[in-house]
Amino acid sequence: MKSILKAAAFGIAALGLTVGAASAQGVLQKVKERGQVICGTGLGIAGFGMPDEKGVWKGIDIDYCRAIAAAILNDPMKVKTVSLTAKDRFTALQSGEIDVLIRTTTWTMSRDTSLGLNFAGINYYDGQGFMVRKSMNIKSALELNGASVCTQQGTTTELNLADYFRANKMKYEVVAFVTNDETIKAYEAGRCDVFTTDASGLFAERLKFAKPDDHMILPEIISKEPLAASVRHGDDQWFDLVKWVHYAMLNAEELGVTQANVDQMLKSDNPEIKRLLGTEGKFGEMIGVSNDWVVRIVKNVGNYGEVFERNVGMGSPLKIERGKNNLWTKGGLQYAPPIR
Amino acid sequence: MTIGDNLTPMNSSGAYLGSGDLPERKPPVLSRGAVAWVRENLFSSIPNTIMTLLGFWILWEITPPVLNFLIFDAVWEGSGRDACLESVRNAPVGACWAFVKVRLGYFFYGQYPIDERWRVDTVWLMGTLGVVWLLWPRVPYKNWGSLYFFLIFPIVAFFLLVGTPTFNLQKVPTNLWGGVLVTLVLSTVGIVFSLPLGVLLALGRRSKLPLVRLFSVIFIEFVRGVPLITVLFMANVMLPLFLPDGWRPDSLIRVLVGIALFAAAYMAEIVRGGLQAIGRGQYEGAQSLGLGYWQMMVLIILPQALKIVIPNIVNTFIGLFKDTTLVSIVGIFDFLKTIEASFVDPRWATPVTRATGYAFAAIFYFIFCWGMSQYSQWMERKLATGHKR
Amino acid sequence: MTTEADRGAPRVSPLYDPKVRGIAYQVVLALVIVFVVYEAATNAIENLRAAKIASGFGFWTVEAGFDINQKLIPFSSTGGSTYGDAFLVGLLNTLIVAAFGIVLATILGFVIGIARLSKNWIIAKLSMVYVEVIRNTPLLLQLLFWYNAVLKPLPDPRNSVSLFGAIFLNNRGVVMPTPIAGPNFDWTWIATLVAIVVWIVLSYVARKQQAATGKRFPANLIGFALFIFLPLIAFWAAGGPLTFEYPKQSRFNLTGGMQIYPEFVALLLGLTIYTAAFIAENVRAGILAVSKGQSEAAHALGLSNGQTLRLIVVPQAMRVIIPPLTSQYLNLTKNSSLAVAIGYPDLVQVFTGTVLNQTGQAVEVIAITMLVYLTISLTTSFFMNIYNSRMALVER
Repeated sequence: MKSILKAAAFGIAALGLTVGAASAQGVLQKVKERGQVICGTGLGIAGFGMPDEKGVWKGIDIDYCRAIAAAILNDPMKVKTVSLTAKDRFTALQSGEIDVLIRTTTWTMSRDTSLGLNFAGINYYDGQGFMVRKSMNIKSALELNGASVCTQQGTTTELNLADYFRANKMKYEVVAFVTNDETIKAYEAGRCDVFTTDASGLFAERLKFAKPDDHMILPEIISKEPLAASVRHGDDQWFDLVKWVHYAMLNAEELGVTQANVDQMLKSDNPEIKRLLGTEGKFGEMIGVSNDWVVRIVKNVGNYGEVFERNVGMGSPLKIERGKNNLWTKGGLQYAPPIR
Repeated sequence: MTIGDNLTPMNSSGAYLGSGDLPERKPPVLSRGAVAWVRENLFSSIPNTIMTLLGFWILWEITPPVLNFLIFDAVWEGSGRDACLESVRNAPVGACWAFVKVRLGYFFYGQYPIDERWRVDTVWLMGTLGVVWLLWPRVPYKNWGSLYFFLIFPIVAFFLLVGTPTFNLQKVPTNLWGGVLVTLVLSTVGIVFSLPLGVLLALGRRSKLPLVRLFSVIFIEFVRGVPLITVLFMANVMLPLFLPDGWRPDSLIRVLVGIALFAAAYMAEIVRGGLQAIGRGQYEGAQSLGLGYWQMMVLIILPQALKIVIPNIVNTFIGLFKDTTLVSIVGIFDFLKTIEASFVDPRWATPVTRATGYAFAAIFYFIFCWGMSQYSQWMERKLATGHKR
Repeated sequence: MTTEADRGAPRVSPLYDPKVRGIAYQVVLALVIVFVVYEAATNAIENLRAAKIASGFGFWTVEAGFDINQKLIPFSSTGGSTYGDAFLVGLLNTLIVAAFGIVLATILGFVIGIARLSKNWIIAKLSMVYVEVIRNTPLLLQLLFWYNAVLKPLPDPRNSVSLFGAIFLNNRGVVMPTPIAGPNFDWTWIATLVAIVVWIVLSYVARKQQAATGKRFPANLIGFALFIFLPLIAFWAAGGPLTFEYPKQSRFNLTGGMQIYPEFVALLLGLTIYTAAFIAENVRAGILAVSKGQSEAAHALGLSNGQTLRLIVVPQAMRVIIPPLTSQYLNLTKNSSLAVAIGYPDLVQVFTGTVLNQTGQAVEVIAITMLVYLTISLTTSFFMNIYNSRMALVER
C-alpha cells in the first residue's frame, strides 16, 4: 500500500514539475520556436479572409498575418489560420488559442480594456451601412422604421444597429445569426428587409447575388468601424511587433517601395528608405527580428497599397475605392509614425 | 342461420350431433397473387383504403420534386456560376453538381497539400481493409485483424497523416486537414476511444468503491446533462485558459477528446444496461472459479453484457458520427464546414449552390449512417439465433 | 497492516488484498482529481489575471444595448434591459421550444410508431422510410433544410396570406391579433380553475366508486364539458371583457398583434420531426414487447380493437417505452441549442453568443449555461423517474 501511494505521489509530483517548468515566455519567442504564427481569422469574408478552391486562405487580413510571419520567419506561408465565428473570437484570443486576431474586428474602448485586448494596426477603416432591395424604393436609412434587419450576432454591428434606431426613434425587428453567410442567406430569402454590416462587407456580399443590381447600399454610414488586429494584454514586445508590421507596410507604400522594386530600393540613398529597409540603423532588432524585416515583408507580401488593391481594390472582384484607406498624403486616414 | 340450428340433442347426456348437411360456402376469394396481395394489404377496409390513398398522395407530392432536383434538372458540367444560373440557361436548374465536382478535392481533403494526398488515400485504403477484415464474418484470422486494426493501423495512419522526417514524409499540420478526412478521423477515433472509456465508467458506476462510484456518476450525469455544443466550445476555445502557460494541445486533439468523453458517458449508460441484464449467477459462478474482479469482468461478464447491447452501441456510434457535424459550429473544418466555406466563393454563387452542397452532405451522411444501422441489424439477426425462444 | 483479528487468517500480501487495493485505487483517483481541478482553477485565475480580463458576475446588471426579436418578457435596448434579462429571455425561449417540441414529437412519434406496425403495406413502408431517412442524417442539416423550407414558399409581408382578415402569414412569420383582457376577465380564469378542480375530484370519486361497486361513472366526459363550458359561461356573464389588437400593415411589416417567428417554427419543426423518428422506434419496440397472447386474450374477453390497444397493449408497452422516452426528451432539449444555426434566440444563441461576446467573460457565461442545462436535465429525469415508478409493474 505504502509503495503504491509513494509511486502515485511521485508520479503526480513529477507531472507537477514538468508543468511548472514550462515558464512564461513571450509570444514572439513561442512563435520563433514553433516556426509558425497562429492567426485568428473569420469563416470566410471575400477580400478579407477566405479559402480559394485549393484551400489557400487569401485576403487583406490574411496578408497582414503573412506579413508578420514574413517579418519573423522570412516565410509568409508559415501561418496557421484558426477559423473563428464572431462570437468565439475574443475567447480564443484571451485563452491563448491564437497569437493574434485579425478578423475584421472593430476597435472599441470596452474591448480594448475589459476584454483584455490591445489593438495594433488598423488595416481597414470601415463604417456600418445598410443594404436593401431596390424594389423597396428607399433612399435613406431614416425611412427604415418598422423594418426587419438581419445582422451578425456578437458584433459591434448588432449594438450600433440598436443605437441608430433608438437615436432616430424608429422601431425595428432584429434577426441575428452566427455567421455572415447565414445572415446574408436569410436576407436573400426575404426574411429581412435590410442587411447590415460593415460597408466593405456589403459590397463583398452584393457581388454574390444572382442579380447584384437588384440591391442597393444606402448612403448612410452609421458608425466608425476601425478594423484592427488585436493581441492579448501583457506582452508589449509582441504588441509592438504586430503594430509595426502594419506601419512598415504603410511606410513602404508612402516611400514607393513595392514588391517589384524592393531590391533596387536597397541601393537607394534616401535615408528614410535606408532606415526602412534596414541598410541603416538597427530597427528590426528593436522589435526582436532581423534588421531586413521590412525587405522580407515587402518582398513576400507587398506594401499596404499592393495588398489593398490585390484583395479588395481594383485588382479584385470587389472593386472598393481606397477612400478613407488611402494614405494621409492622398486624403485618406492611413498614417504611419516614422521609423527613426 | 347459425351452426347451432342444425344441431339437435341426440341423447340424454346432452351431446349434440349434426343431423343435416351444412350449407355450401362460397369459394374463398383469391388468396395468392398480386391482386389478392393488393386487396389484403392496401384495400382491405374503407379506412385502410383512405390510408393507402393518403400514402400514394404523399409519394406523389415528394418524389417528383426530389428526383427533378437531384437528377433530371441537375447541372453536371460547368466551370462557373453561369452554368447553374436559371437566367443564363433558360431552363429550370436543379442541383449544381458541377460545383461539387470542382470542389470535391477540397471537400475530401480540406487544405491537405495536393502532392501529399496519396497519404490520405493510403490511410483510407488501409482503414477500409481493416473494417472489412473485422466486420465481415467470413474473413478468417480475426485476431490478426484486431491486432492490425487497433495497433498497426493507428500507428501507421498517424505517421502517414501527420508526417515524419524519418521516412521523408513532409509534416502536415492538422489545421490543413479538412473535409471528409477530419470527419472520419473524428468519428473513428471517437468510436474507438469511447467504447473502452464507457465500459470503464459503467464498471465504475457499479463499483463497490464509493469514491469511484461517485466520480463515475457525477461524470456521466454531468456530460449527459449538457449539450455537445457547450462541451465543444469548452474544448475548442476555452481549454487553453485552464492549462499552464506553454501547454497547447493541438486543436483537433482537443475536439477529439471532447467528443470521445461525450460519447463515453452515453456509452457508459448503455453498457450499464447490459451489465444489469446479466444474472447474479454469472458473477457468483465466476467468483466460485476463483477469478479476480478484472478476470471475471473481462472473461465472463463483459462479453455477455456487450453482446446484448450491440444495437444500442451501434446507435451511439451513428449518433456520434452525426454529431461530428457540430464541430463546424466551433470552426473546425469538417466535411460540412468545407462545404459551407465553399458557399462564400463569388464564382459559384447561385441560388442553388447551397441546396446542392447540403444535399451532397445529406447523401454522404445518410450512406454512412444507414450502412452502419443495416450492418448492426444484420449482425443482430446473426447473433440472435442462439437466444430465440 | 496486520491486526489482532488477522492473525488466524492466512497471510495475504497487502498487494493482493482486495480491500487494500480498493482503498489505493480510490486514493489515487482522489489525488488525480484534486490535482487536475486545482491546476485548472489556478491556471485559469492566473491566465485571466495576466491578461487583465474582467471576471465576476458584475455584468449581470449591466445594460445590454442589443435587441432580441422573440421575447416572452419585455426586453429592449431602449428600456434599459440588462444582460441578466437577456439570459432570462434566452432561457424562456429554450424552454418554450423544448416544451412544444416534446408534446408534438410525442404525438407524431406515437403515430409513426404505430403506423410502422400497420397492416397497410404502403403506410408501413412510408413510415419506415421516414424513420430511416430522418434518423440517419444529421439534425444540423435538417434544421437548415427546414428553415429554408419554411421561408421559401411564403410571400413577403406586403403580399401576406390572410385568414379571416385577422391572421396573416408571410415570410416574417404568422401574425395574429393580440387578445387584451378587460377588467372582469379574471372571472374566466377563476372558472377554468374551478372546472379543473372539479374534474380532478370527480375522477377520483368515480375511480373509488368503480373500485367499490363496479359501477362506472363518466367522470372524464363531464369534467371535460365543465372545462369547456364553465369558463365560457363566466366569460359571457362578465359581459365578454375581451378586445383584440389587430395587426396593421405598415411599410415593411405588419405591426401590432402577436407574432410567431419563422425561426421558431423551423426549429420546432426540425426538432419535432427528428425526435419523433426516434420516439417512433421506441414505441414500436415497446408494442412489440407486449406478447401477442395479451391482445388475443383481450379479444377473447370481448374487448374491441380500440379497447385492446388502450387498456391492454399501451399500458404494458409504456413500461418499455418510458425510459428511452425520457432520454429522447432530454436530447430534444439539448438539441434545441442547435438553434444557433438558424438564428433562433435560445439560451445558447443569446447568452453564450451575444452576451459572452459583449462581456468577454467566457468562464462565467459557459458555467452558467452548463448549469442551466444540467438543472433542466436532472429535473426532467427526476419527474420521469417518478412517473416511471408509478407505471412500473407491481409484482404480487
